[in-house]
Parts: sequence; C-alpha cells; structure tokens
Amino acid sequence: MKIKKRTIGLILYFIILMLPIYWMLNMSLRTNADILSTFSLYPKDITFANYMKIFTDSSWYSGYINSIIYVTMNTLISLATALPAAYAFSRYRFIGDSQMFFWLLTNRMAPAAVFLLPFFQLYSTFGLIDTHIAVALAHCLFNVPLAVWILEGFMSGIPKEIDETAYIDGYSFPGFFVKVFMPLIRSGVGVTAFFCFMFSWVELLFARTLTTTQAKPIAATMTRTVSATGLDWGLLAAAGILTIVPGALVIWFVRNHMAKGFAMGRV
Amino acid sequence: MDKWEDNRAWFLVLPVFVIVAFSAIIPLMTVVNYSLQDIFGPGERIFVGVEWFKEVLHDSRLHEALLRQFLFSGMVLLIEIPLGIIIALMMPKKGWAASLSLVLIALPLLIPWNVIGTIWIVFTRPDIGLLGAAVNGMGIPFDHTASPIQAWITLMLMEVWHWTPLVALLAYAGLRAIPEAYFQAAKIDGASSWAVFKYIQLPKMRGVLTIALLLRFMDSFLIYAEPFVLTGGGPGNTTTFLSIYLVKIAVGQFDLGPAAAFSLIYFLIILLFSWLFYQVLQNAGKGGAQ
Repeated sequence: MKIKKRTIGLILYFIILMLPIYWMLNMSLRTNADILSTFSLYPKDITFANYMKIFTDSSWYSGYINSIIYVTMNTLISLATALPAAYAFSRYRFIGDSQMFFWLLTNRMAPAAVFLLPFFQLYSTFGLIDTHIAVALAHCLFNVPLAVWILEGFMSGIPKEIDETAYIDGYSFPGFFVKVFMPLIRSGVGVTAFFCFMFSWVELLFARTLTTTQAKPIAATMTRTVSATGLDWGLLAAAGILTIVPGALVIWFVRNHMAKGFAMGRV
Repeated sequence: MDKWEDNRAWFLVLPVFVIVAFSAIIPLMTVVNYSLQDIFGPGERIFVGVEWFKEVLHDSRLHEALLRQFLFSGMVLLIEIPLGIIIALMMPKKGWAASLSLVLIALPLLIPWNVIGTIWIVFTRPDIGLLGAAVNGMGIPFDHTASPIQAWITLMLMEVWHWTPLVALLAYAGLRAIPEAYFQAAKIDGASSWAVFKYIQLPKMRGVLTIALLLRFMDSFLIYAEPFVLTGGGPGNTTTFLSIYLVKIAVGQFDLGPAAAFSLIYFLIILLFSWLFYQVLQNAGKGGAQ
C-alpha cells in the first residue's frame, strides 16, 4: 500500500514536471499564427515546418553543432582534471587544502554582467575569440569546481582501506585508480559528467560573449527569433525541444552508472 | 577518516588550479581595478578610491533588491531541498522505471535559461497558455504582469519546476551510493523507514546535499535570465533581483565603476553566506557521525 502511494505521488510530480515541456512540444508543432490566435490543448493541424527550418537552415543547425562541440570538450576537460584533484582532496592533507577547496567554489559566485568585458579582453589577448576551445575553457570556470566538489563527495564515501589493500596487492597508483577506484565511484562520475554537460549546455552569457559566428551556441541563435514581426513562438519552441535531446541522450547513457551505485566488497 | 599527510598531493590538484586560475584571476583583478576608478573612455580614468563602494552601499534601490533577493533565495532553498529529497526517495531504484524517471526529471535542466523564461511567458498567458488558462478557468483572474503577488508566485513556480530536479538528481545519486549492507542491517534491527532515513540515508547524503544547497543558493542568488525574460523585473520593481538591477547599472547606464563595486559586494555576500552554510553543514556532519 505504501509503495503504491509513493508511485502515485511520483507520477503526479512527473505530470506537473512535463506540462511546460508538453506545452513547448505542442507549440513546436503549430504555426506561429495558430499559436497566437487559438488556445488548443493539442496541435490540431500538425506541422513540421518549424523543425524543417531548423534542420535545413545552416545558421540554425550549426548552432547545435557548435554547442555540442564545446560542451563535449568542456565535459572531458572538467572530468580529466577534476578526477585526480578530487582524489587528492578526499585522501590527502596538504598545505592549503581546505582553502584551495573552497576557493574553487568561489568561482561560481561572481555575477557575470561586469566580468564579461575583462573576460572578452583576456580571451582576445590569447586570440581565442570565436573558437570552441574558448567557450570550453571559460565554462571550466564553473564546471571544474563543481566536478571536484561532487566527485570529492563520492570519493570520501569510499573507505580508505580499499586504497591500502590495493597498494598491498601491488597496484601502481594509475592502475589502482583506473581498475579499482573508478568502478567504485562510477555513479559519481556519471552524475558529474551529466552536470558538466548540463551547465555548459544552458550557459548563455559567456558563450555569447566569446563567440561571433564560427562557434556561436544554439542558445544565442535562439535569441535571434525575435524579429520585426515579433517572436516566432513556433520556431522557438521547436528549437527548445531540440535543445533537450542531446542532454537526454547523455543522461540515458550515464543512467546505469547513476542507478547502480556500487557494490561493496568488489576488491 | 584520517587523511594521509603528503604535500605531493598538490601535483594532483595543479591542473585544476591552472585551468581555473586562467579564467578567474585576471578578470577579477580587472573588476577590482574598475571599482576604484572613474572611467570616461579608453585611457581616460581617474582613481576614486572607495567612492563607488560608498555610493553603492547607500543606494536604497539596491537595499530593496537585496531584500527581495534574500526572500527569493530563502524560499527557493526551503521548498527545493526538502522536495528534492522526497522525490529522490520516491524514485524507483532499478529497472526501466528508474531509467525513465532519470531521463524525465533531467529534462527541465537541459533547456537554456533564456528559453525557459520565454516558454513560461506563453505557458502562463491567460489566452493561449495552459497554466494561465487553467487558473483563469478556476475563476481567478491571472495576470502576472500586473499583480506583484502573482508575478512572485509565477517566478517561484518556474524556479521550483526548473531546479528541484537538480536537488533530486544529486540526492538520488547519493542514495544509490549507500551500500546495501546498511539497509539489510537496519531491516534486521526492525528499523522504521523514518529511522532508516534519519540515521542512514540523511547522514550519508550529507555530501551531495551540501553541494545541492550551495549550488541552489549561489545560482538562485545570481538568477538573471529567467525573471528578466518572464517579468522584466516588474511589475514596477517588485521582481527586480540583484542581477537585474546590476545589469541596469552596468549596461543600461554604462556606469562601469559603480557596477564593478556592486559586483564585488554582491560576490562577497554570496561568498560569506556560502561559507557559513558550508561550515554549518560540515559541523552538523561531524556531530551526527559520532
């Protein structure tokens, strides 16, 4: 009986959660004039014109490609640098460790508006403006600290005896880290990868400031739908639906790592 | 857990330090520089000391925006953290249902922030939006562009809709990382599900909940795109949060000096509160573990 109540609660929550997204889907399948003139719970004359426009107009689909490129770069850089650092924070005491740990997070605390100008200047000095790596690097500012913090939490949950046993068994540090430790924290790695992807994907200010055309993100392309005739809601909704797809795929791939947790006594 | 003492661990942290410092240090120094100068144009600037800080600290509109911001972030934390934990506890542990819930719950997080605001404009419109029409249908005249209370409710709804999944995902991952042995032991002891939650699940989730709370505090305190798009800070100034006001000064009036001083004060407030939360949660954990 208790389990049933739980399920009903969860289903109710998911219905509420999906309503705005359903509304976006509904809008994306209608023409702009139809959206603005009539209230309709579902699209009466389904049209795929909005999606066709996005898939055929390179100024639209290149936005998706650019976003996917820099977001992937950012996620890989964040994970690769954060894994060893999080291990150091969870296992070792060293000079300035707690200060360093907290300093990392302070990089997520600055209001972006005024920082954008010096950011632009810094990245132009290095000739990085309008490249994918510029956005990937800039997003490291908030994603790397997040990755370190999340991973450290998961790593601290693993008893240190596991490390000691592995070293006694003759594992080298890299061998231990990849073969023994990584499988133990894979739910943490999955969550971290998803969050890095997500925060980089939805960020607009840095991405827009550091790019002009070659690396322009989709979120910036979408602001263009505001034209002289007003917003094209249908097109915007279709683009919005398509922005969800890559991230949904990412979470589909990491879902097992998140769901399985880890089994003790693996070593 | 006692940690090993070894300063060579710095080599493991170095890549992170370099990559973050590259983007962090020079822009911060530049903003500090702006905040102490009056800037007329390239090369034309006068050192004004702490003049801008004084001006900003005496700005009554900033005080109002700050109050609103605390109210907003406080409500966000009070609603989203418990709700997120409850949802994580309700979510299925394995099978297709677990996969499906994970994907569904992540969807709101994946929409760019400016688009979220735009979608909610339509969603809440009484003539063509589902929520607006539904509320109107219940006989309550709904117009968040005219009523401050309704603007706040709409913003909170959007915020809770958008960000509770983040708390839920973190809490869910934290729950899945608890070894099954703990639950078996609790079952043998005949512990109630409340006791399991209080003595096993909650303490074990402390790490992820600390991150969830800090993230939600920082991001809600910095919120810009969603309210800017949805309400534009109105009606009047009733939803003008700190970031919206900051952008008005920085971009609208192009007062780089005061805007920089404002940014630094803003930054320090977030820093102070995050640090307090962090300390409290760290110590709460130590007390609970013993």
